[in-house]
Amino acid sequence: MTDLLYGEIEDDLRAGLRGMLADHCGWQDVLAGTEADEPSDAALWSALAGFGAPGLAVPEDRDGGGATWRETAVVMEELGRVVAPVPFLTCSVMATAALLAADDELLPALASGERTAVLAVPFGTAPDAPLPDVRASGGRLTGEVRDVADALAADVLLVPAQDALYAVEAGHAARAPVTSLDMTRRLGDLAFTAAPGRVVATGEATVRAALTAGAALLASEQLGLAERCLETTVAYVKERYQFGRPVGSYQALKHRLADLWTSVTQARAVARHAAACLADGDADLPVAAALAQAHCSQVAVRAAEECVQMHGGIGFTWEHPAHLYLKRAKADALALGTPGRHRATLARLLDLPPA
Amino acid sequence: MSTAPPGADELERRIAAFLAAHDPARTERTAFLRARFDAGLAWVHFPEGLGGLGAPVALQHGVDEAFRRAGAPTNRPEANAIGLGMAAPTILAFGTEEQKRRFLRPLWTGEEIWCQLFSEPGAGSDLAALGTRAVRDGDSWTVDGQKVWTSMAHEARWGILVARTDPDVPKHRGMTYFVCDMRAPGVEVRPLRQLTGEAEFNEVFLTGVVVPDEHRLGEVGEGWRVATTTLMNERVAIGGRAAPREGGMIGVVAGLWRDRPELRTPDTHDELLRLWVDAEAARLTGERLRQALAAGSPGPEGSAAKLSFARLNQEISGLELELLGSEGLRHDDWTMRRPTEVDFTRRSPGYRYLRAKGNSIEGGTSEILRNIIAERVLGLPGEIRVDKDVPWKDLPK
Repeated sequence: MTDLLYGEIEDDLRAGLRGMLADHCGWQDVLAGTEADEPSDAALWSALAGFGAPGLAVPEDRDGGGATWRETAVVMEELGRVVAPVPFLTCSVMATAALLAADDELLPALASGERTAVLAVPFGTAPDAPLPDVRASGGRLTGEVRDVADALAADVLLVPAQDALYAVEAGHAARAPVTSLDMTRRLGDLAFTAAPGRVVATGEATVRAALTAGAALLASEQLGLAERCLETTVAYVKERYQFGRPVGSYQALKHRLADLWTSVTQARAVARHAAACLADGDADLPVAAALAQAHCSQVAVRAAEECVQMHGGIGFTWEHPAHLYLKRAKADALALGTPGRHRATLARLLDLPPA
Repeated sequence: MSTAPPGADELERRIAAFLAAHDPARTERTAFLRARFDAGLAWVHFPEGLGGLGAPVALQHGVDEAFRRAGAPTNRPEANAIGLGMAAPTILAFGTEEQKRRFLRPLWTGEEIWCQLFSEPGAGSDLAALGTRAVRDGDSWTVDGQKVWTSMAHEARWGILVARTDPDVPKHRGMTYFVCDMRAPGVEVRPLRQLTGEAEFNEVFLTGVVVPDEHRLGEVGEGWRVATTTLMNERVAIGGRAAPREGGMIGVVAGLWRDRPELRTPDTHDELLRLWVDAEAARLTGERLRQALAAGSPGPEGSAAKLSFARLNQEISGLELELLGSEGLRHDDWTMRRPTEVDFTRRSPGYRYLRAKGNSIEGGTSEILRNIIAERVLGLPGEIRVDKDVPWKDLPK
């Protein structure tokens, strides 16, 4: 069985990160950022790089931190708690997983946070879904890819084209920003016209590894988000008085929050299993990642929806952080395959075919 | 004079005569609407002299249809929903003859827009806890406090206002209902931006606002009883609209399913059909409620309609996003705007998903509606109340 607990190193990492994020990622800043031109928070990204977060899972001889995906998952939890507008999932998890699989020369630059790369696939692409149709001819790429997460924040685009993965300098692609449901992780549309690319790896395995790593660790972000929504909601229903008593004294709310807490404990176990499978190269990884997305997506959405509902009117306003969580939670549920898509994957992996 | 109320034939005759005398194509809009009101063809169930003829409310639809077929201008009911749906029935039930004559005609024609000054930051579900104070000073009242979730306040000429006039008695007994002049000194309206990025609503700050006693609606201390009439009408207005099959949010997703075969999966198919069944059951229930209402006054059944409406809108819009996958991650616009009506169909799926979250909060949360059903319909014992017999000023807040 995989180790589902947090170790001392992970606890220390979390404590340090949480303190740093409290200083650098307040929700008012995140909210203001959703209406700014910049596609992500560059100052926060530098602070994370200073912390060594982007390269945690990269070996030391590639300028990384020499830790594992388990520690990286803790970073995802903490970033999820504050809906951080940085390309950590897309660059430090997905692109890094692809480059690790290929042992590519870009690894040190990504590990240090000096450069950012993202996988050029629609953000809704599940690990076992078809890839976009980009053509490669003599090392030059032509085609369009829509809905790419953090496309505008990236220096390098990792583009699956025919039977290989190419690295393309972002300047060689036409990039159009997309008004996104979740403006803390914005999409962009990409167009390549005979763009020069360098082969990172042949075959699809590298891309699939990146998508699977993304699905496995997105669950930790969803866990952090759900946990934060639960905490703020519990705090609010204790202090909000209606009818002369705290609204949290009503069983109708208490029971829903108790159910939500139960779901969050399950999300934690499921997310930890996925992170451990990814870290250990466990054979259960495809199941663990699909399970993580089928389960944690729904827990995060429910937590964010309950957060809005139980805050009442104030939770429906722009000047309250609840909507940042709601938009991120729903976008995360669509990202890397919907829960329904992952249930279908599980049906295939577990030999539970449809009727 | 006590003639029998007119039936459908008589109304038809009067409409024909009215249209012959007021050619819709050649009569100025406001003049046409005023004349229609004066002819008793505005809301035919209202009394004579107040825009009606004392006819059965069930005949209203036919009257509106006849005017529509004739190409007559409408009173743009969507722009004055609070006025028509809530202020008017309350004024009719509690207003003096003078108040009815002053307010109802420009309300119906849309010359004067109305808003509702009820909710406060500290008084949402527990509206009766509201703290906006009205202090009597001879023939007028001075009002101080803050209201919130006021749609149309920035366009409104008048607001229906509930304020605390006696803090020393238990909360339900110390309120009075007023009509507030939104142009009076001391009324400040600020947009309240919501999670969709736009601001349908406002915060209204009332500072030393003078309200003449002749703008009081109902007796001093009777504000809660008056407000209850308004609120029952609100719940009907929010939940009880007539709609054709697939007329609501389900129609949007059903259309998407038919048009986009590539999006279909077995999983979402089951979910779509489950929601289709629920939506159709809710639609028929709403239609049945409307038919019942035509015969009498609104009851607690409106709460059930609003409860299902909120749940369905939320689940259906959530499914739509899942169906769309990556495409659902795109949004149309976060710009701060001031819409005067909610249109679920013309915006992006993300807007529908987010806006629908308000359906279980605005106009009575789903939790409060369940309490109403449990206690008023099913007769279950109420929650233990700690606030019933305590003077308002001593309540924990």
